[in-house]
Amino acid sequence: MKKLSARRRHPLAALVVLFIALATTGVLFTAFAPADRAVADETAQTLTIEEGKKLYSVGCASCHGTGGQGTTDGPSLVGVGAAAVDFQVGTGRMPAQQPGAQVPDKPTIYSQAEIDQLAAYISSLGAGPEVPTENEYNPEGADIAEGGELFRTNCAQCHNFTGKGGALSEGKYAPSLEGVDPKHIYEAMQTGPQNMPSFPDTTLSEENKKDIIAYLEAVNGDDTVEPGGLSLGGLGPVSEGLFGWVFGLGALIAVAVWVAARTAKAKKS
Amino acid sequence: MSSQEIPEENLPAEQSAGLDQQEHGAVKVADEKNPFADPGLPPHEHRIQDIDERAARRSERTVALLFTVSMLSTIAFIAAYLAIPVDKAIYVFPIGHISALNFALGCTLGLALFSIGAGAVHWARTLMSDEEIADERHAIEAPPEVKAKVLADFKQGAKESALGRRKLIRNTMFGALALFPLSGVMLLGGLGPAPGTKLRHTTWAKGKKLVNMNTNEPLRPSDVAVGSLTFAMPEGLDEHDHDFQKNIAKDALMIVRIQPDDIKDPRELEWSHEGIVAFSKICTHVGCPISLYEQQTHHVLCPCHQSTFDLADGARVIFGPAGHALPQLRITVGEDGYLEAVSDFEEPVGPAFWERG
Repeated sequence: MKKLSARRRHPLAALVVLFIALATTGVLFTAFAPADRAVADETAQTLTIEEGKKLYSVGCASCHGTGGQGTTDGPSLVGVGAAAVDFQVGTGRMPAQQPGAQVPDKPTIYSQAEIDQLAAYISSLGAGPEVPTENEYNPEGADIAEGGELFRTNCAQCHNFTGKGGALSEGKYAPSLEGVDPKHIYEAMQTGPQNMPSFPDTTLSEENKKDIIAYLEAVNGDDTVEPGGLSLGGLGPVSEGLFGWVFGLGALIAVAVWVAARTAKAKKS
Repeated sequence: MSSQEIPEENLPAEQSAGLDQQEHGAVKVADEKNPFADPGLPPHEHRIQDIDERAARRSERTVALLFTVSMLSTIAFIAAYLAIPVDKAIYVFPIGHISALNFALGCTLGLALFSIGAGAVHWARTLMSDEEIADERHAIEAPPEVKAKVLADFKQGAKESALGRRKLIRNTMFGALALFPLSGVMLLGGLGPAPGTKLRHTTWAKGKKLVNMNTNEPLRPSDVAVGSLTFAMPEGLDEHDHDFQKNIAKDALMIVRIQPDDIKDPRELEWSHEGIVAFSKICTHVGCPISLYEQQTHHVLCPCHQSTFDLADGARVIFGPAGHALPQLRITVGEDGYLEAVSDFEEPVGPAFWERG
């Protein structure tokens, strides 16, 4: 104790005390706070909507309005459907950190149960696309070649031939599709998030969407074989040429300089 | 030495005299023109291989080893080519999943070439003679007697050809040389027939249905949602047809639906069907397929040169090098409830050309 009090005037003492206080508060809060009720199996639809509305009022209402009618800061959510909520909140895009040209994805802050509640509330405002079932987006047995053709027709202009993403106007961009959950890809096609146009079932059938997901899995999955080795971002001749000129030619120059810098003479000068 | 004398010294005739003067005076090694005396070559130093025969033999063995490695690599290349199946994939640490055949071929080919190069460099540096030799340049100008002879020969030849006397030969020769390039000009005609009116027309015509390129089914107005993007071609076009590519290059359509209130251009609204607008997918700059559609701003961006068009305002060019708005196809709904064209495009699609007007 004497040792401790001897250091109470240490310049870092205040910081240490603050840290201990914060940690204690956190531990006490987790110990006494009500347990997460979202996982509880409350199937009653109205109850879910009720919960969703509460979550909405806290996390979304400041931009989208108290009734989802939209404000100058955020669009109306009437009729966007559960699929849009599942995509936007499930990929962490919503709630947005700040308004801007593009709202990027980030770690999700809601649990799946909470997202479902939010989705139930939003779809109660107006009918829209439903969250797809695994049956709908599971790419097993889909036609990868057909998917490639559909992808090049509908998606590649923005997302690049193998889904690596690309730039749009004024700071907007089409994100990379690498490692995106098939469900989220399906929902994005269905609902058209941000500046992406939608591809509803009437123009791009469920089967077509499955094919596209299968194609992406084939060219962009964890086990995708790059026959040539380094894909250099899969961006085409620009990155490949840059690599060749900088590293290929650079290595040749470095070797030439190294060879010439070492004298072969017996007497080193 | 006065400043007026310097230009004279620079004259070719004076220079040799100046040099002679310099050589006479041993102390005066430098003048204003050449302030540093030529130090000449440094004394030659030997390499260990020049002195020690054992070192030379070691170098010889190293070079031979490198060439042998190259031979073995080439044999390994052939073996890999024959033995490894094309579709076999392996995992190599920093690179990832890669074709085993490509990896083996690349490594062996690279090693074979590198070893030849390294062997040659080592050979040249350690064993070939490294005596420095200076080879003085001779004067660029020919000696006066050679110049005089060439001039005399030329005059003699001109006289013997009698070109100045026999005017008929001279004039016909000029005629032949002047006419000959015309055959090259005529060959330009072989570049192909003039395009005629082909650039002004597409397959679109009155009553042609808009067919969804994903499903090959004709489109109904209810299929096209606000904010969606669809690509369409005229009915009757088949992907397997011989001239499909030729036609789709002009016919390709981009279909979007905009809230009618958001459409600023009155003609665009009139040519649409309840906000469903059909625009040519071919950029008017150099003809890239253009479909980077942003559904919130209704801007379409061309990936080639960043031309940007505003689909809510008659596809007006709002940025980039494109010279014209994207041509719009006037559409309506037929009796059977499908979207169809009212006529062909009213202006040529794609990049501008000389006679476009």
